[in-house]
Amino acid sequence: MNIVACVKQVPDTEAQIKVKPDGSGIDESGIKWVMNPYDEYGVEEALKLKEKLGGDVTIVCAGPARAMETIRTALAMGADKGIHIDDPALEGADAYATATALAAAIKGIPYDVIFCGQRAIDDDSGQVGAILAELLGLPQLTVVTKEETDGKTVKVVRPVEGAAFVIESSLPAVVTAQKGLNEPRYASLPGIMKAKKKPVDVKNLAALGVSVESKSKVAKMVPPPARPPGKIIAGDDPAVKAAELAKLLREEAKVI
Amino acid sequence: MAKGVWIVAEQRDGAFRKISFELASTARKLADELGEEVGAVLLGSGVEGIAGELGKYGVDKVFVADDAALEPYTTDAHAAAVAKIVKENDPSILLFGASAQGKDLSARVAGKLATGLATDCTEVKIDGGKLVAVRPMYAGKCYGEVVFSAFPQMASLRPNVFPAVENAKAGAVTKFDAGLDASQLKTKVVEVQKDASGKIDLTEAMVIVSGGRGMGGAEGYACLEELANVLGATVGASRAAVDSGWRPQADQVGQTGKVVSPNLYVACGISGAIQHLAGMSSSKFIVAVNKDEEAPIFAKADYGIVDDLFKVIPELAKECKKLVG
Ligand SMILES: Cc1cc2nc3c(=O)[nH]c(=O)nc-3n(C[C@H](O)[C@H](O)[C@H](O)COP(=O)(O)OP(=O)(O)OC[C@H]3O[C@@H](n4cnc5c(N)ncnc54)[C@H](O)[C@@H]3O)c2cc1C
Ligand SMILES: Cc1cc2nc3c(=O)[nH]c(=O)nc-3n(C[C@H](O)[C@H](O)[C@H](O)COP(=O)(O)OP(=O)(O)OC[C@H]3O[C@@H](n4cnc5c(N)ncnc54)[C@H](O)[C@@H]3O)c2cc1C
Repeated sequence: MNIVACVKQVPDTEAQIKVKPDGSGIDESGIKWVMNPYDEYGVEEALKLKEKLGGDVTIVCAGPARAMETIRTALAMGADKGIHIDDPALEGADAYATATALAAAIKGIPYDVIFCGQRAIDDDSGQVGAILAELLGLPQLTVVTKEETDGKTVKVVRPVEGAAFVIESSLPAVVTAQKGLNEPRYASLPGIMKAKKKPVDVKNLAALGVSVESKSKVAKMVPPPARPPGKIIAGDDPAVKAAELAKLLREEAKVI
Repeated sequence: MAKGVWIVAEQRDGAFRKISFELASTARKLADELGEEVGAVLLGSGVEGIAGELGKYGVDKVFVADDAALEPYTTDAHAAAVAKIVKENDPSILLFGASAQGKDLSARVAGKLATGLATDCTEVKIDGGKLVAVRPMYAGKCYGEVVFSAFPQMASLRPNVFPAVENAKAGAVTKFDAGLDASQLKTKVVEVQKDASGKIDLTEAMVIVSGGRGMGGAEGYACLEELANVLGATVGASRAAVDSGWRPQADQVGQTGKVVSPNLYVACGISGAIQHLAGMSSSKFIVAVNKDEEAPIFAKADYGIVDDLFKVIPELAKECKKLVG
């Protein structure tokens, strides 16, 4: 099996996000960068598949120089090689432009299945997997919590509101990972040592023979709307406080 | 010139989902500002009969494709049908629900139409005749205003955020042929496992009662279930509770769980870690019950009680029952 996993480097979930004063983006100073948590599930699923059916796992990542660290993390988990798309033209790229770059890289290699995360936790847009599938002419199976394949077809479970769809598809296909799919492994120390020697191709867009065009952009970033300060219901008796709360919810907030 | 504000309505088992009316009302507002019409796309099998209902919420024209291949939902079939009718009519704005189906479909359609999509928006407005879509980014730690350089300008709207307002328009129904070619459909739904509990999904619930590590175990949730019963609420959980095996994955609220915006979110025994806040800070009212007055959840709460939840919640259920009847 030729397995591809797309990974994105994102700020750690603990990161304090500060918008630059001119609203042009976020202040990246002091941010710790990590692999997008959903991509960890994608990489893990790729590795499990390789263990079951044989083959190799290629990591594809678009991002600036620092993103190499995230590729190495995936290699340390057990992936075999990487493609790092590094091009200043991708700065501020939208999902369409990013997917165009990923598709160009993936077109150049053999693939049977492509894993993505269901969304990246920075832009939170959850589109790259689907657009990538469209650009490669493949079916998409998104937000998947269970995946099974014999190498020719794939069967997944996709939860929706109040139900779960069991879907079958031909391969190749793009599968986007949701929490619950598996428990991602940690990189072992020998894994980390080995990862240093695994091949990573660094390519710019010209080398991929593609140019990208964003279809949308973030014109301005703003801090979240402030919430008015809350009210702590004082007192010693839980029953009295509960009664007060119920009254406030009914009469002031009007939500019950 | 692209013209018209369109929505892609969502139905399941022949009934509209609430988000469809939220979309219609929002589209109406935008269209009135632009002086344009509201169009809706409705896909399914045996759904022509319900199409007219969209008129009640401000839709001028409904384009219906009624085809057995559109039921149950598959990305392949629905994306092909939406792309076809949209290309033929060239609307300037195209709105979807940021529901499980809407997110899957909208991204594929954006790919097919080679245009931009702003996901999970909490506000949409018109500026200089063009769409500006406002959406939380970085788990709600900041908001981005998205603008578009291609048509249609696409956005998906977060459920429960935009009001559904009745505003009767013609809702004239036109049928169209989805033009599906069975050989191009590569995915097949082999089973739909319905949740028999009949509870409303967290993403659609108006009231959520959520418990964290402070619940102490699966049994601890009995008091939350009782309160939820009284309030017609859905029970949610923090990741700590899910990872401990007390609650199923589907109940998790937060950055790696569900993003919810109910009218009321009651957080019990939840400390308010940044990843949890990511999933619920757009709730309209937030209540926190926690025995630690320093818990960060209180900084987000409209009302807080510092006490043992096992003493507070049963009393709260009793009091609410008196009020709600
Ligand atoms: C202010 C700003 C600055 C940016 N700077 C850069 C930059 O310097 N270099 C650059 O390459 N991009 C840059 N981008 C692009 C951006 O980071 C995203 O790649 C793009 O917006 C799409 O990601 P998403 O969050 O919408 O992905 P989603 O659709 O939420 O992601 C879903 C999945 O797609 C895959 N995926 C998404 N993005 C990538 C990726 N980049 N590489 C591999 N897999 C991916 C992952 O598997 C991910 O889980 C920038 C964007 C902004 C807004
Ligand atoms: C990549 C990543 C993603 C994550 N995603 C999510 C996510 O999606 N959702 C999520 O929730 N978390 C997520 N987390 C985990 C998050 O960081 C916290 O660990 C988690 O939210 C803590 O859950 P909690 O508040 O239930 O537990 P704790 O932080 O342990 O808090 C328990 C609280 O209960 C209170 N308490 C205890 N007993 C009682 C009592 N009898 N009465 C009243 N109060 C009581 C305590 O005072 C305490 O404040 C993520 C973490 C990472 C690293």
